[in-house]
Amino acid sequence: MTGDLLHYEDFHVGDVKTHGPFAMSAELIREFAREWDPQPFHLDEELARSSVLGGLCASGWQVCAIMNRLMVDGYASHAAGLGSFGIREVKWMKPVYADDELTLRYTVLDARVSSSKPEMGIVTMCWEAIDQHGTVKTEMTGVNLFRVRNPAQTQATAS
Amino acid sequence: MSGYTSIWLEDFEAGQHAVYGEHHFTREAVLAFARQYDPQGFHLDDEAAAKTHFKRLSASGWHTAAACMKLLAAYHFRLRAEAEARGEPLPALGPSPGYKNLQWIKPVYPGDTITFSGTITGARMMKSRPGWGLITLTPEGHNQHGDKVYAYDSTVMIACRGNVGA
Repeated sequence: MTGDLLHYEDFHVGDVKTHGPFAMSAELIREFAREWDPQPFHLDEELARSSVLGGLCASGWQVCAIMNRLMVDGYASHAAGLGSFGIREVKWMKPVYADDELTLRYTVLDARVSSSKPEMGIVTMCWEAIDQHGTVKTEMTGVNLFRVRNPAQTQATAS
Repeated sequence: MSGYTSIWLEDFEAGQHAVYGEHHFTREAVLAFARQYDPQGFHLDDEAAAKTHFKRLSASGWHTAAACMKLLAAYHFRLRAEAEARGEPLPALGPSPGYKNLQWIKPVYPGDTITFSGTITGARMMKSRPGWGLITLTPEGHNQHGDKVYAYDSTVMIACRGNVGA
C-alpha cells in the first residue's frame, strides 16, 4: 500500500506542478474573517472599498489555509507526509477578492534527507496562489516532510 | 490585558511586549478546521495520528496561526476602542505585506490552551508611502505546560500620526 503513496523520492528539484482551482466567495471571506481575522476590509464591502486594499478581500491567513487545502488535495492526501515544521516566508503581494479563482503552483527548490532521521525527507517548496488572470497573489516558501521510501538505499546513494 | 498600548507608528518601539490572550482548542474545533482547510489523516483520525511522530490527533498548524491572528487582532481593536472612547482620532488600518520564519515548534493537541503574546522588534517610516510605516513583531504561542509551540516574524503597515481612518 505504501508503494502507492508519494514519498520523498517522488519530489525532484525543479519540479513544477499546478493544482486547483479553488473558487473564492464573499461568503467564505466573511466566514473566515468573523471567526479569525475580523478586520473591516475582510468583512465590510463599503469600508473595504475605501481602504488601501480597494475592496472586500480575504484574510492573508485564509489564503495560506486555502493554499494548504490545495496542497492536501493536490498531493499531500496521497503522500506519505509527515507534516511541516514551518514556513520560511510568505509574501501577501496582492489582495484576494471575492470573485477570484485560485490555483496553486509549486516548485521544488530543495530536497534532502534529514541527517538525524534517515526515514524523513525534507522538501523545500515555493507555492504560489495564482488568480484567473495569471496574477500571483501570494507566494509562500516552506518545507514539506515526506517519508523516505528506502532509507538505507537513499542514504547510501547520498553518501 | 497587559502590555503595549501603541496604535500610531510613532508610539511603537522595539522591546514592547503584550499578552494577547488565550485560546482553547476543543476536539470539535480541531476537527472542523482540519476538515475545511487541512484534511490530512493525522488531523482527522486518532488511529492515523497514532502512527505518526505526532503520536495523537493534533491541530492543523494553520488553525494555530488563525487563533493567534484572532487574539492579536482583538488586542489591537481593543486599543482602538479605548482611544475612540477617549475621543481620540483613530489611525487608518494597514495590511500586512507578509511574514517570515513561521515555526510550528510542537504539536497543539485537542484540550490544549495556548497563550499568545508578542514582542515588537522594530518600527520605521516607509519612504515609498507617505503617512505609513512598518512595524515588525514576533508573536508566539505557549501551551499550558509553558512550552513554546508557535512563533513567527510579522510585518504590519501602521499609520503615522495624522493618517486617520475608520
